[in-house]
Amino acid sequence: MSLLRTARLASTLRIAANSKFRAFPRFYSDATPGALAKTPLYDLHVAKGAKMVPFAGYSMPVLYTGESVGESHNWVRGKAGLFDVSHMVQHRLTGPGALSFLHSVTPSDLTRLPQFQSTLSVFLRPVTGGIVDDLIITSHGPEDFYVVTNAACKDKDLAYIAENMKPFSSDVKHEVLTRQGLVALQGPLAKDILTEYLTNITGSPVDLSTLYFGNSMFVEIPSLEEKLHIARAGYTGEDGFEISISEKNTETVTMGLLDVGSTGDRIRLAGLGARDSLRLEAGMCLYGHDLDDTTTPIEAGLKWLVGKTRAMDGNFLGAETISRQYDNWSFVPRRRVGFFVEGPPAREGAEIVEKGTDNVIGKITSGCPSPTLGKNIGMGYIKSGFHKQGTEVGIKVRGKERKGTVTKMPFVETKYYKAP
Amino acid sequence: MASLLRSMLTRPVFKPTCAARAVVYRRNFTAGNYFLSKKYTEDHEWVLLSDPSKNIATIGITEYAQNALGEVVFVDLPEAETEFETGDVIGAVESVKSASDILSPVSGKVVESNQELSGTPKLINKSAEDDGWICKMEVNDPTQIETLMSKDAYDAYVKGGDH
Repeated sequence: MSLLRTARLASTLRIAANSKFRAFPRFYSDATPGALAKTPLYDLHVAKGAKMVPFAGYSMPVLYTGESVGESHNWVRGKAGLFDVSHMVQHRLTGPGALSFLHSVTPSDLTRLPQFQSTLSVFLRPVTGGIVDDLIITSHGPEDFYVVTNAACKDKDLAYIAENMKPFSSDVKHEVLTRQGLVALQGPLAKDILTEYLTNITGSPVDLSTLYFGNSMFVEIPSLEEKLHIARAGYTGEDGFEISISEKNTETVTMGLLDVGSTGDRIRLAGLGARDSLRLEAGMCLYGHDLDDTTTPIEAGLKWLVGKTRAMDGNFLGAETISRQYDNWSFVPRRRVGFFVEGPPAREGAEIVEKGTDNVIGKITSGCPSPTLGKNIGMGYIKSGFHKQGTEVGIKVRGKERKGTVTKMPFVETKYYKAP
Repeated sequence: MASLLRSMLTRPVFKPTCAARAVVYRRNFTAGNYFLSKKYTEDHEWVLLSDPSKNIATIGITEYAQNALGEVVFVDLPEAETEFETGDVIGAVESVKSASDILSPVSGKVVESNQELSGTPKLINKSAEDDGWICKMEVNDPTQIETLMSKDAYDAYVKGGDH
């Protein structure tokens, strides 16, 4: 989806006659035809005045009444926001072949992943090492992995998993946790709110101070007759948690968190709009935009998730390309980098040119005005050689060349609660 | 709580602000001059033949449009002396979430654009149909404006549902 196409085809002013949602073309365009699925929080969103949009086959809240995207964004940076991410696909892979299977399709070194620790990873295409999807893998034990993948990739991921699991099928059990909700509590006050909520509901003090970024744990809630899976993680750059809850209790837990957070006006629901600008400030990729089947993790700046011994051994899909790129940057034709852009924001699809010329050297894959910084930020792919911090480039916005400067990411300092 | 969208659709779109009353007032004073009322397009622009003696029209985006866009962070303005046909892209309005084209509601030549929007794009949110005007155009055919929607017709159009 190019910026210009977005602007032209989906512009509010132009085509608004055809749609209510054109102010959010990115989300709208991801719609799949037919009936939209609902998350366990659908009724709550509607009751709270959410503007619902089709996203990855679900009806999802993009924004809530009385707030702009910028205000919602700033609220999460300053206090706490609660996001419904139940549309994301939760999986469980168990059995003696679970690790071998994951090692065959990702470049991660899961032998080094301690129990109740998560890592970002990628499913890879054979030979090219293109990214099928990005995912979070959490170890619940040597033969037990909890995996979260993108909603928009659900069909192709399931086909990919089924296809590539064949050699391991007798040793691996794959379950999609369809009756499981997922909410993300994000922001500097997230820890206080969750601690208070868990302490209230369990009736005994719960201490989250040793649950560090990337860790997860189960917390038993007798009154709900279930164990919540709580991961210190998120997609905003803030400290926060992702809480996996059974479908039937998702609304109860969400209401409980909102109730606790309402004391002192600390919490608000936040939608896809703020989620997108928050993750962009944090320099994180959105699959389908910043990552796709033609992008390798090395090009995408995700070399850190490739295990060194895995790259050496080369026994995973796409290793032909990944291992070579891992060892030698000259095999990496382009890099994902951040930009500051002067004038209008450069959005997805905007061409990057060598300053003052028509020589196209890259493309913007995500961009917006940064509510935190008050200037335009973007990320995109640029020809190797132009990727160094401080490099000045031209970025074409509506035909006019604007000044762009290659910048390190994250744009806004992340505030993860890291182990000392 | 009503949804943002529902409230957008049911709320009177154009509240009679002081500015709006001023327009109506002027119009009464020059009763008989049909063109001195604002006209509206389906693409959510407004046009007012502000200086009939010189065929100069002022153009902007509607209150409804600014509300749907949310906070405006940048406005791409047309340059003076540029000629446009009806429906040409004359500029764009950027919010955190999206970029939206502004289309020329008439044919003509830009004589001035609202430079205040360069420094204060949020002026569009504060006063879309008055201080937040986009540009002034010398229109080729003032009767073209006559074919656009009246305030009442536009209000009915945005209330009519799927916009």
